[in-house]
Amino acid sequence: MATLNTITKQERRPLLNLDPILMGGLVVLCAAGLAVLYSAANNDAGVVLHQFGHFIIGFMAMVLLAQIPSKQLFKWSPWLYLGGLVLLVMVLVVGYSGKGAQRWLDLGVIRFQPSELMKIFLPMMIAWYLSDKHVPPSLRYIVVALLMIAVPVWLIFLQPDLGTALLVFSLGIFVIFLAGITWRLLAVSGCLMLASVPVFWIYLHDYQRQRIITLLNPESDPLGAGYHIIQSKIALGSGGLYGKGWLNGTQSQLDFLPERSTDFIFAVFGEEFGFLGTVLLLFVYGFVVMRGLSIASYAEDTYSRLLAGSLSLSFFVYFVVNIGMVSGLLPIVGVPLPLISYGGTSMVTILAAFGILMSIHSSQNLFTS
Amino acid sequence: MNRAPNFRLRRLFVLSVFVFGLGVLFVRAVDLQLFDHEFLEEEGKARHLRVVEMPAHRGMILDRNGQLLAVSTPVFSVWANPAEALGSHDSVVRAAEILDLKARDLLKKLEQKKNRQFLYVKRHISQQQTERMQQGDLLGFYLQREYRRYYPSAEVSSHVLGFTSIDDKGLEGIELAYEDWLAGQPGAKKVIKDQLNRIVEDVEAVRMPRLGQDLTLSIDRRVQYLAYRELKAAYIQHAARSASAVMVDTQTGEVLAMVNVPSFNPNNRRAHKRDTYRNRAVTDVFEPGSTMKPFVVALGLDSRRYSAETVIDTTPGTYKVGRFTIRDIRNFGPLSVNEVLLKSSNVGAVKMAFTIPREDLWNTYKAIGVGESTESGFPGEATGYLKSFQDWHKTEHATMAFGYGMSMTVLQLARAYTALATDGRRSSISMLRREGTDPHRSEQPSVVSPQTVRQVRSILDAVVSEQGTGSRARVPGYTVAGKTGTVRKSAGNGYENKHIAMFAGMAPASNPRLVLVVLINEPSNGAYYGGHVAAPVFSRIMGGTLRLLNIAPDDVSLRTDPVRLSQDHAG
Repeated sequence: MATLNTITKQERRPLLNLDPILMGGLVVLCAAGLAVLYSAANNDAGVVLHQFGHFIIGFMAMVLLAQIPSKQLFKWSPWLYLGGLVLLVMVLVVGYSGKGAQRWLDLGVIRFQPSELMKIFLPMMIAWYLSDKHVPPSLRYIVVALLMIAVPVWLIFLQPDLGTALLVFSLGIFVIFLAGITWRLLAVSGCLMLASVPVFWIYLHDYQRQRIITLLNPESDPLGAGYHIIQSKIALGSGGLYGKGWLNGTQSQLDFLPERSTDFIFAVFGEEFGFLGTVLLLFVYGFVVMRGLSIASYAEDTYSRLLAGSLSLSFFVYFVVNIGMVSGLLPIVGVPLPLISYGGTSMVTILAAFGILMSIHSSQNLFTS
Repeated sequence: MNRAPNFRLRRLFVLSVFVFGLGVLFVRAVDLQLFDHEFLEEEGKARHLRVVEMPAHRGMILDRNGQLLAVSTPVFSVWANPAEALGSHDSVVRAAEILDLKARDLLKKLEQKKNRQFLYVKRHISQQQTERMQQGDLLGFYLQREYRRYYPSAEVSSHVLGFTSIDDKGLEGIELAYEDWLAGQPGAKKVIKDQLNRIVEDVEAVRMPRLGQDLTLSIDRRVQYLAYRELKAAYIQHAARSASAVMVDTQTGEVLAMVNVPSFNPNNRRAHKRDTYRNRAVTDVFEPGSTMKPFVVALGLDSRRYSAETVIDTTPGTYKVGRFTIRDIRNFGPLSVNEVLLKSSNVGAVKMAFTIPREDLWNTYKAIGVGESTESGFPGEATGYLKSFQDWHKTEHATMAFGYGMSMTVLQLARAYTALATDGRRSSISMLRREGTDPHRSEQPSVVSPQTVRQVRSILDAVVSEQGTGSRARVPGYTVAGKTGTVRKSAGNGYENKHIAMFAGMAPASNPRLVLVVLINEPSNGAYYGGHVAAPVFSRIMGGTLRLLNIAPDDVSLRTDPVRLSQDHAG
């Protein structure tokens, strides 16, 4: 098949395999992120510069991955997955603790969270495993895939990092879903999962339970656990239609808003840019996800389709969960706002994932035309 | 690739999840940012908008020439948030070091008040300490701007001015009497505060502060200094228990000086006993004694029963009234009315008084203000005591003639003498500067006629002559009229062997401008007569003041010889 299109391949392939449409959306988000961060960090250019460094590393990772054909990634998938598992075990044994959880691995030069790597490695693994199975995959394969998901999720949950564990879990589930699991099986397993919630509750840490209780009634503890939610709702609401303007948010500028450069940066955005800014931001996020899903639907093979689809959906889950959490719809699970929250690891992971999407897109160009 | 038909449904499902997710966030944004906007904005303001006090400093107190007597200077106080400060042991130790406190004590204090948000660590710290605290930026310790009252004249005017509490509220003296006038009313302003309670921005003034108003006293700081210096010297020389002096301007009723010893330094009250706070010139009463005789004589002369030359026989120097015997210091024999005052004869005064109806005597004392407040406004001012004439026994009729059986303050005595210094009406006293003459003197009852007043004054002028009891009160270049007084202090039922020496007088005698009363309480170095103890002080204060105020000398004869003058200064 590929031989037919060798000429168009060169014509169609964009610079460095980077999809200009997706790239545009990402650059807009990154630029907005730097601007809001400058405000959230009380006009500290140093923080912004540091974050800009994260962008550079992330974009380099993206460009690098965009050059690797998806066939290559397909071959590496099981090894990357196994390597990721080893790192996760290492975290539990020799990991570095921060804020009461053991999530970091210190490699001397850099310190990173292996759980972030799993956000890419796990969907690659499941896509690799299910890509050559019949549609719909039989129960046996599904059970095996679920086990592949369960091991890293459990390791991450032990750190403990409920948010990432849930996210990684949902990534695996997306692949299974996209791989064509029957609706009946999906419904049954969905019911089973709901039924397991009370069991799950027992294994939650006290602070995690507290967060869920707080979500249901933040006013029950306005100075303690509910403080974050109340403050962020106030910040969002006081933004109104047009917002207070860049650098003019009182709740955020006056230190009332906690974690405002990381998980709660959306509250700063909402206060300063108002409802119109929020709608615009949602639009750009939606645009990026739609582009990702479109790349997935035109992917050249099942592996690429499953991987692209699940990565796009994970980005979707990312921002929906973060904004839902900041606006008080979801419990506080420590999910950053993708490409906007301050932080290196998640930034690099997300941009790397988009690198994979770019690679899939450039392979698809020579296939679809 | 094999695309089963259910993939279309699946794609639709993903799409609808996508739309649903975005939709929920959109609805939430509408909800929070549009519908709940106002409520949430108010909630936000409630967190960062605060109304804070704008301090208004207290008005200055000035002397009659605009010299500073009391002024509020900005200072800083240190307060702490105990829980926050305890978070850093190092900052507590350093704060203690800067503020000269024991670190152990400070830690204990913070520990005890751990649940409070605010605790004064030290009030009114020095400039140097302020700078070090500011540079130190110690965790949990904060500076608060306050005003501290400063009194440049220190103990010289402390009784008049009084003092304020550490919160700048008047506690004594003029500071208390004119609290409402002097105190400012703090304003309020709306400010934006951040999470750490730091003021980030002023929004608007809710109420402008009303600054305290300045107060100009009648006191002349130079006279005050002079009076204090001389009074303190005498107080030490005679080992007295206390001493007071009051100078009044006869034209205006203004008090030019009011001093007491022992005094205290209002800038550092801790070093002084509370006993020294009392403004004895207005709070302490005494029996005026012989200083009342001029009024008895004036009444006698005014009644035309007596002339200056009428002779009264005081032989044998004692006079029995009921169970009591009135004594002179020696047997003066027959005395003219003039001489009764010159020698200060008790017997002569009593004999004169017995010819005057009780009611007249009482009326006179009433008119000069015995037992009546001067309304100086001083806290704790005593009114003195004058018994109603209907209740006078014969003995009381007698003792009233030489100033026993009644009581008054130094300020009241000075006011009484303004009647002799002018046309027979007493002045109304003022502690504040007056523009022009005394507005209330014309309302006062006339004690005796102006002619009689002049006559009495000329006798009192003679009292200060070389032959009189008050010779040591003379001032070179000026004529002085005055009267000595030496009273034994009453103790329970009788009189003990402690004395009050006083001199009340005026100058220049030809047209008195100033009235001065000097009182030395319990002189204990031998001498105790008013003429010996109080008169020299009078001379120095009066002489200095006459020169200070550029009052024209009226004694052209310059009768004082230099030898005598130097003796005066020696003792």
